[in-house]
Amino acid sequence: MSCPVAIALQYLLNALQLGSVYALIALGYSMVYGILTMINFAHGDIFMVGAYLAMWATLFLLGLPLNLPIIFIFLGSLLFTMTLTAALGVSIERLAYRPLRQAPKVSAVITALGVGLFLENFTLATIGPEPRQVPAIIPVQQYSWGGVAFTNVQLLILVVSLILMVLLDTLVRRTLTGMAMRAISYNRVIVPLMGVSVDRIISLTFAIGSAIAGAGGLLYGLAYPVLDPYMGIRIGWWAFIAAVVGGIGNIRGAVLGGYVLGTVEIFTPVLLASSTYRDSVAFSMLLILLIFKPTGLLGRPTVEKV
Amino acid sequence: MKKSNQASERGRLGGWYWTLGSLALLALAWLLPASGIMNLYLQQVLMYVGINIILTLSLNLVNGYMGEFSVGHAGFMAVGAYVAAILTVAVFPRAWGPVVFPLALIMGGLAAALAGLVVAFPSFRTRGDYLAIVTLAFNMIVKSILENINAVGGPRGYMGMSKLSNLVWVVFWVLVTLLVLRNVIYSNLGRGIIAIREDELAANLVSVNTPRLKIYAFCLSAFFAGVAGGLYAHLLQFINPRSFSILKSTDMLVMVYLGGIGSLAGSILGASLYTILMELLRPLELWRWVVGPLLLVLLMIFRPTGIMGLKEVRWLQPTASEETGWGKVARRS
Amino acid sequence: MMALLEVTNISHTFGGLQALADFNVTLNDGDLVGLIGPNGAGKTTVFNLISGVYRPDQGRIVFAGQDITLWPSYRRMAAGMSRTFQNIRLFKDMSVLDNVRLGAFAHYTYSFWQIVGRTASFHLQERRLTQEALAMLARFGLAGSAQAPARNLSYGEQRRLEIARALISRPKLLLLDEPAAGMNQAETLELVALLRDLHREFALTIMLIEHHMGVVLDLCQRVQVLDFGSTIFAGNPQEAQQHPQVLEAYLGKEENGEHGHAIAEP
Repeated sequence: MSCPVAIALQYLLNALQLGSVYALIALGYSMVYGILTMINFAHGDIFMVGAYLAMWATLFLLGLPLNLPIIFIFLGSLLFTMTLTAALGVSIERLAYRPLRQAPKVSAVITALGVGLFLENFTLATIGPEPRQVPAIIPVQQYSWGGVAFTNVQLLILVVSLILMVLLDTLVRRTLTGMAMRAISYNRVIVPLMGVSVDRIISLTFAIGSAIAGAGGLLYGLAYPVLDPYMGIRIGWWAFIAAVVGGIGNIRGAVLGGYVLGTVEIFTPVLLASSTYRDSVAFSMLLILLIFKPTGLLGRPTVEKV
Repeated sequence: MKKSNQASERGRLGGWYWTLGSLALLALAWLLPASGIMNLYLQQVLMYVGINIILTLSLNLVNGYMGEFSVGHAGFMAVGAYVAAILTVAVFPRAWGPVVFPLALIMGGLAAALAGLVVAFPSFRTRGDYLAIVTLAFNMIVKSILENINAVGGPRGYMGMSKLSNLVWVVFWVLVTLLVLRNVIYSNLGRGIIAIREDELAANLVSVNTPRLKIYAFCLSAFFAGVAGGLYAHLLQFINPRSFSILKSTDMLVMVYLGGIGSLAGSILGASLYTILMELLRPLELWRWVVGPLLLVLLMIFRPTGIMGLKEVRWLQPTASEETGWGKVARRS
Repeated sequence: MMALLEVTNISHTFGGLQALADFNVTLNDGDLVGLIGPNGAGKTTVFNLISGVYRPDQGRIVFAGQDITLWPSYRRMAAGMSRTFQNIRLFKDMSVLDNVRLGAFAHYTYSFWQIVGRTASFHLQERRLTQEALAMLARFGLAGSAQAPARNLSYGEQRRLEIARALISRPKLLLLDEPAAGMNQAETLELVALLRDLHREFALTIMLIEHHMGVVLDLCQRVQVLDFGSTIFAGNPQEAQQHPQVLEAYLGKEENGEHGHAIAEP
């Protein structure tokens, strides 16, 4: 562990783990923005709900007198969480965002803020403000390789998020549905004329984005097993910054941004010798980026028609 | 032509009514508590109403009149609250409190206005949801910085302020805010600010100096938010960074959009209704906090411009003679 | 004599697409010049570059002796330029009077403190500019709707209001982007007469984009024809009608002949 390269690698691994979670959430922000040019501020709270749902699913499956295999409990919780968060995402779109699709942008953004706060405060009111401990599904095992320590949980998080990201990227780039999504984000007026149901594609976008955020919630719970109703604010914001850094509306940009933010979070305390400044660092980064390159690293600029 | 002017003139109040009305309100604000007719609890609620009116009016300038959306207004409030509190507690001797208080409020406001520049400059290039992000980020940075400064208590907060806020000061600042904003809105400056909301590009192309106007609007808005923060700090006598989180900003948004965007009367109405509603809902405990967000969403869906949306009651508009001097000419001829 | 507006070799591209290439124009005081060409030829781009909506990729714009190439729009307008828009851009929720008063934005010189204090100087300026605005509205037959929101006006009235808003600042140069678009024959004739009067009365220099060839022939001393971002003709309007390249731009490439008809119309 004394070798500086090994220490750096160790931090990098932690950054990758955290970055994976940010990337998963950033994907949802980016997908919705791509298709509706709207920032779904409630997305971070869908992630929070996902983390709680995963906790309850795990508790339930562990409590069953069946002695289920670990892999089954993990996949069962994952499926349960992703399904319910997808349903939550679709309902939010149906009830709160769809009536506002023709309304001014301001209304949509404020509604999204309102929905996010509603989810937070509703969770707070139903289960109380005390932080909850997530049960360990997987017995943690430590490995060491060349002075770098890692756990099976870390590997699992990296692998599962990588699988989800590749699946999503394939969906968006290779399938007809993905093509419809990209078409809508390009021009929402033409697409319905081609026989594509815009409503259905938008619902699907919310479903997929929210399901992935739910998965992010479960993985986050594995790595940082304490949950509270306001956790979605901070994590959601970091993920959002990730989406902006990568160029919001851009799927691969969101993943890139996620890892950038994971790195920022892990390395800021190391470099500044204080962990409390990391929020200021991330938000200052956001401000600077928005002032000088509002389209992010991989985004395209837009021009107003006169 | 003349007819329509006179018609729109009806019900508007001239300068004298304003002066008398303001003095009467100030007198009431002093008399009612002093004579014991108004109990402490009611005074407290009314002071909250007043502080919220200042916050709502100031936020409405940016969100309602200028049509930008600032969603981090609590950040400015925080700057004002901390600066004013530090001035009365640590900089000046405590005994000077009542004398120093107005100065502290103004300094707090000025500090907030300075912070307003942080948001005004990005607004030259970014609009809409990106500006919303900038303002939210600003809110979070302020909170994060305050949590990191141990000299002001860090996350534990700052205390030691005397209870210098009273109903008279609150009413006084409500009137100042109202009058200044009204005068600004019914002027060339205000028309330019509204033009930015209507069509920023066209505004630029009729010679409206939009960057300068944005600086005015953001700084003025931040100034009054800062003053409100100072009043709040010396009412509660305890502030901590968490009191100025996004939740607080959202409350202000609810009040603006409930009462009505682009309306002074709407701001007064929205702030009063919401503050009193939240007071009445106290028995609901935690569930109370679900009401605000839910109300906000429902408002956006069913009445996005709020109760008074873009309308103004006549007695808050300047008379034609005050606005343009027509009346004086007409009377002379 | 120094030209009022001198545009030298300006070009503009949109994401790789050349919208305008090496455009040149010189306007002297009192000129009334038409800018014509098929749809998408880059006419509005010229206006956007002159009025500062876009920055040119290259070239220089000199207005009243000053290089304004890098100036923001509002500064150009304050220096004595005004424009209207192809699709009317009024401040729809504001009153007709406020729309016109905004046209003179740069002419108000009272300070922030004079606004807050409502000083004598404030009232004096407000009164003067309001009276000017009302006079301008009367000139355009809109005085009766001064207090109505701009969105309540008819289409023709909105076009007139936009011109009133452009004129209140007493500009030296007026850029009119299809002022007759959507107007019927009678309204168009009225507009032509009005523009001719205004040109003389306000000593204006006008540059005009128009599809109605009748308007252009009636009004303009010179025309400049654009096609695919390049100037293909500059000279007097009668000659333009006979010029082979101009005819090809209108007739040769557009099979429906709609513009061909328009250009033949007297």
